[in-house]
Amino acid sequence: MASKTFLEAIRDAQYEEMARDPAVFVMGEDVESNMFGTFSGLMEEFGPDRGRNTPIAEAGMTGVAIGAAMVGMRPIVDYTMAPFLYPAFDQIISMAAKTRYLYGGQSGVPVVLRSNMIYGNGNSAQHSDRPYSMFMNMPGLNIIVPSSAYEMKGLLKTAIRNNDPVLSFEDVALWSSKSEIPEEEYLIPFGVADIKREGEDVTIFAIGAMVNLALAAAEELAKEGVSCEVVDPRTVAPLDRAAILKSARKTGRFVAVDCSFEACSAASEVCALVAEQAFWDLRGPVKRVTTMNTHIPFSPPMEKQLYPSVEKVIDAVRYTLA
Amino acid sequence: MYRRMRRIRTFEDRAEEVHRNGEIPGTCHTSQGQEGEIVGACMALRLDDYMVGNHRSHGHPIGKGAKLDGLMAELLARKTGVCSGKGGSMHLADFSVGSLGETSIVGSGIPVAAGAALGAKMQGLDRVSLCFFGDGASNEGTFHEGINMAANWKLPVIFLCENNGYAVSTPIGTTAAVENIADRAAGYGIPGVVVDGQDVLAVYEVVSEAVHRARAGEGPTLVEAKTYRYLDHAANMGRDLGYRTDDEVAQWRATRDPIALFDKRITTDMGIKEADLREIDDEVLKEVDAALDFARSSPFPDAEEAFSDVYGDRLAAVA
Repeated sequence: MASKTFLEAIRDAQYEEMARDPAVFVMGEDVESNMFGTFSGLMEEFGPDRGRNTPIAEAGMTGVAIGAAMVGMRPIVDYTMAPFLYPAFDQIISMAAKTRYLYGGQSGVPVVLRSNMIYGNGNSAQHSDRPYSMFMNMPGLNIIVPSSAYEMKGLLKTAIRNNDPVLSFEDVALWSSKSEIPEEEYLIPFGVADIKREGEDVTIFAIGAMVNLALAAAEELAKEGVSCEVVDPRTVAPLDRAAILKSARKTGRFVAVDCSFEACSAASEVCALVAEQAFWDLRGPVKRVTTMNTHIPFSPPMEKQLYPSVEKVIDAVRYTLA
Repeated sequence: MYRRMRRIRTFEDRAEEVHRNGEIPGTCHTSQGQEGEIVGACMALRLDDYMVGNHRSHGHPIGKGAKLDGLMAELLARKTGVCSGKGGSMHLADFSVGSLGETSIVGSGIPVAAGAALGAKMQGLDRVSLCFFGDGASNEGTFHEGINMAANWKLPVIFLCENNGYAVSTPIGTTAAVENIADRAAGYGIPGVVVDGQDVLAVYEVVSEAVHRARAGEGPTLVEAKTYRYLDHAANMGRDLGYRTDDEVAQWRATRDPIALFDKRITTDMGIKEADLREIDDEVLKEVDAALDFARSSPFPDAEEAFSDVYGDRLAAVA
């Protein structure tokens, strides 16, 4: 085992997969300068052909990656920040997600579209989005939201080997966090949730960096004798519905923590799922903890209050117990 | 060359009839009048070269050499269609002949065609990628982004703008300040060539030169074929949109028809017998009718097939 950061996990996953498969290459904005450290050593090892700087042309670079994927390549595209996916929205939706289906399965689109989510840092409304929930509304996409360096590496390696498009949303709050990473290779399957903490009284479903909030809340609540189960979906598409329902039926209480805006969030989706399919096992109302429905403002006193927090998760758990 | 143009014309004439009687669901965009540029460009390619097209989707795969049965079955929404009944008239694709798909969001195929060329280049193959798009698409951002990236990386792409004069009903002269779309090539540091799209041989020569450049590693070319579509943007658009006169259409049909022009040229200058061409016409008619029979006798997809091909290997991904 070696202790590695989230960023090192991204770098290692890309490096190992590029070494394993010559069809894998990275392209994106500021790849050559290794802006965030996720490409360390890649240029030196694999050369400029497989580490391509693109112009700031998100729709164009996405389309180019899709075309290359349709003829046998496996591009990894780095958009840097998640809101920079928006100029590429049509390519992601109309082309990446739909090509396999539209053409009756003649081709898949094995692209990995990586972006990071930086929020809570005074970057204001256009730079602080957490948009994975928007993409959950579209069939054909896989979406990973890793909660630790361990998950990041295993999920990204699976993403690169997947024959369909994968969006990777990487929370900047986790960048320097460390995990013990096995020396031997491992892959984390898509659509398989991980129970981060077992409990009996309340299920806390939490995505990405929200898992840490949920675990901290569970620790606090344990002092009061409330036993929380923390469920990390790891991928929001595919979503491990069976594991979510199983936990909700066991505890009878369900809280979903998600840093998306509330409307049509992943939290909304899983709460609807639980309310529809586990209703008769519930002992209290379901509850969402999400980012409040306003744009992200610049000034910290306005911004900080908007996101999920340990306190908000604790309050939500109490709400379900009341 | 004559046969392929005739195939497109007859296929689309028949498709239009069948659409009118309700056998083809949805909309139907035909390209009668544009056969010269389609066939001239496609025949400059090899079978293993790539091609990406647009919503006016029937002519391109036929030009690239696709069999008609699967195309007609797709239009009639059958299980045996090239896209298993999932794509329809705007989204034909036949990967077996390098047709990587027609795409109905205007301009969306331009960077994708560049990407196929990047893939070929990285794999050490000498394949080129041909991208058809309309004059309307040349105003999209993807036109700029896709061509710029292809030019910068010297990708083997032929960007073929089918300038039929109208983006649905809007004349190109009212939405672009340049006289020719090909003039925009200068902005990307690549050659831009204007060619008469009604002259199949001229298109073939221009595109052949572009293919030669592409295979030699010299990068993309922007070719603008000036052409014309006889029918409206799509079948059953309803009322006459009044953007062009019947007289204008009649003039093009009478004097600028790519098949008639080629017919006259090869019978006059090249000693091809008129009777041989009429024999081709008959053969093509039989081929199209056979394709229609094939489509009509094919089953519709089962309702549950709506859920297949959304993902390829979700389970394999678990590894």
